[in-house]
Amino acid sequence: MSITLARRRVIPGFGLTMGFTLLYMGLIFLVPVGAFLLYTTTMSWETFWHAITQRQVVASYKLSFGASLVGATINLVFGALLAWVLVRYRFPGKRLVDALVDLPFALPTAVAGIALVTLYASTGWVGRYFELFGLRVAYTQLGVVVALTYIGLPFVVRTVQPVLEDLEAEWEEASASLGADRFTTIRRVIFPALFPALLTGFALAFARALGEYGSVVFISGNLPFRTEITPLLIVAKAEQYDYHGAAAIGTVMLVVAFAMLLVINGLQWWTSRRHG
Amino acid sequence: MNLTTPPTLWSLSRLTASILIGGAVLGATLGVSSQAQAQTERVELLNVSYDPTREFYRAYNQLFAEHWREGHDQEVTVRQSHGGSGSQGRSVIDGIDADVVTLALAYDIDALHDRADLLPEDWQTRLPHNSAPYTSTIVLLVREGNPKNIQGWEDLVREDVEVITPNPKTSGGARWNFLALWGYGLEQFDGDEEQTFDFVRRVFENVPVLDSGARGATNTFVQRRLGDVLLAWENEAILSVEELGRGDFEIVVPAQSILAEPPVAVVDANVERKGTREVAEGYLEYLYSSEAQALAAQHYYRPVDEAVLAEYIDEFPSLDLFTIDEVFGGWREAQTRFFNDGGVFDEILEAINTP
Repeated sequence: MSITLARRRVIPGFGLTMGFTLLYMGLIFLVPVGAFLLYTTTMSWETFWHAITQRQVVASYKLSFGASLVGATINLVFGALLAWVLVRYRFPGKRLVDALVDLPFALPTAVAGIALVTLYASTGWVGRYFELFGLRVAYTQLGVVVALTYIGLPFVVRTVQPVLEDLEAEWEEASASLGADRFTTIRRVIFPALFPALLTGFALAFARALGEYGSVVFISGNLPFRTEITPLLIVAKAEQYDYHGAAAIGTVMLVVAFAMLLVINGLQWWTSRRHG
Repeated sequence: MNLTTPPTLWSLSRLTASILIGGAVLGATLGVSSQAQAQTERVELLNVSYDPTREFYRAYNQLFAEHWREGHDQEVTVRQSHGGSGSQGRSVIDGIDADVVTLALAYDIDALHDRADLLPEDWQTRLPHNSAPYTSTIVLLVREGNPKNIQGWEDLVREDVEVITPNPKTSGGARWNFLALWGYGLEQFDGDEEQTFDFVRRVFENVPVLDSGARGATNTFVQRRLGDVLLAWENEAILSVEELGRGDFEIVVPAQSILAEPPVAVVDANVERKGTREVAEGYLEYLYSSEAQALAAQHYYRPVDEAVLAEYIDEFPSLDLFTIDEVFGGWREAQTRFFNDGGVFDEILEAINTP
């Protein structure tokens, strides 16, 4: 078995690179996460359960997971649209727009948070017009969604863009010449090709939003039960030397996020087999 | 080949010469500077402090360096670190090698003893005035002209008033705010705990944002223009009036408030290891000198030195001040009862958010 495997490999150095990969993953990822999970195991089941089911904590899960889902969904729709425009059309300033998409990655999240709250506060440039309709963005749950949408913007665009670039217009022409109307072309030709990329982008945006802290704390108002996200609660617990409570809530976040990413990956694998 | 050789040789020798000259100059400079260093020893201190002391300690570090140079032939450089009092304390526990801590409340320094044994339990008795060389209190900051006509704590429960205060779970200043409110309630309702609870709950119903630190809350009130009244350290409030927006804000001094004592301490374990005990102790003791006391007053902290306080009395309106030891039996008690998980503050949040 090992001989056939070795023979199939064209590029040498598997042992070395694999060893390095494992070491690197171990140092960068597994050791910190493992240490933190190990720390959680020093708690009794009752204290763990109590820590993760307090009403205030449960309210923060709802907000964190809910707002992350909404943010990622908004990015799914508009990210796909943005990618489409950037790939399929030529217009002046296209490169600039393309570069701007990555800005949420580069800008420190605290800067983003302060900028957003300045804009959306009821005295801000944008917020004052929302105020006319009785809509408050800053210091509400809506503000959390706005921040999470902002930081998740690049993911869907950047995952869909390369796939769309490979998807030649000839496919659409072929589809049309075979009698498909526009909607059928989108449904049967374009969408299946983009679906795995869309899912990846969605999953990344969702995961990123779930862990986001820096920008949200400025715009959310941080009111327990109402606008308090789970990462903030973890920080607050740690500040009070309640490392156990912080670790317990962190574990819940980790497990749920991992499960959701696993499901999304599974879905992707399933669709690529079906369409592959 | 022949043609090119002479210039190469020539340039080589020029290079050698310039290296030699450069080296000589460098050597001379080094010699001079090492001579200078032999006379005055360099010492570095790290002062881990909380948010609003930034400006004060920047000025004090200079004053102290000059003072120390005279008697000790030591050139002291003090590095500063600022942040929320609780998280600053935690970073010292986690291993930042602070020589001295100057935090917002005694409980955060108690934690250095309780959790890491970095200093003895009786640290607060080592310096005069509970180790607090300057004090402050909690006052109300309102917008220009006081449009909501807020005169004292009792106005904070009114339905048309929005109150800005940071989260007591994470901010030292916010804990002082909370205890000032509670102390007022006890006084008002003749020690009736239930009515006091209700009073404080109604105030927190009017809080639209809970920032994690005092500076954040000041920014929310001053820059975002959110809320009608900010509960603030007196020194932060005066700073906001004097420097952030002159004429945009007014200070309302309630008839009664809490005496806030931000304490200072040498971190024994760290100064022993670094051999900086003498200068670290000198750094804190000099805070009580009349020069430093005047400097504290200029940065809007109330000096503990009576004579200096008398000089600056116009800055600091007189009000009825109660201490945490009198009303709450000290910080450890207050922390456990009010701010720990499941404490009174959590009960208030539950009460507000139970439909």
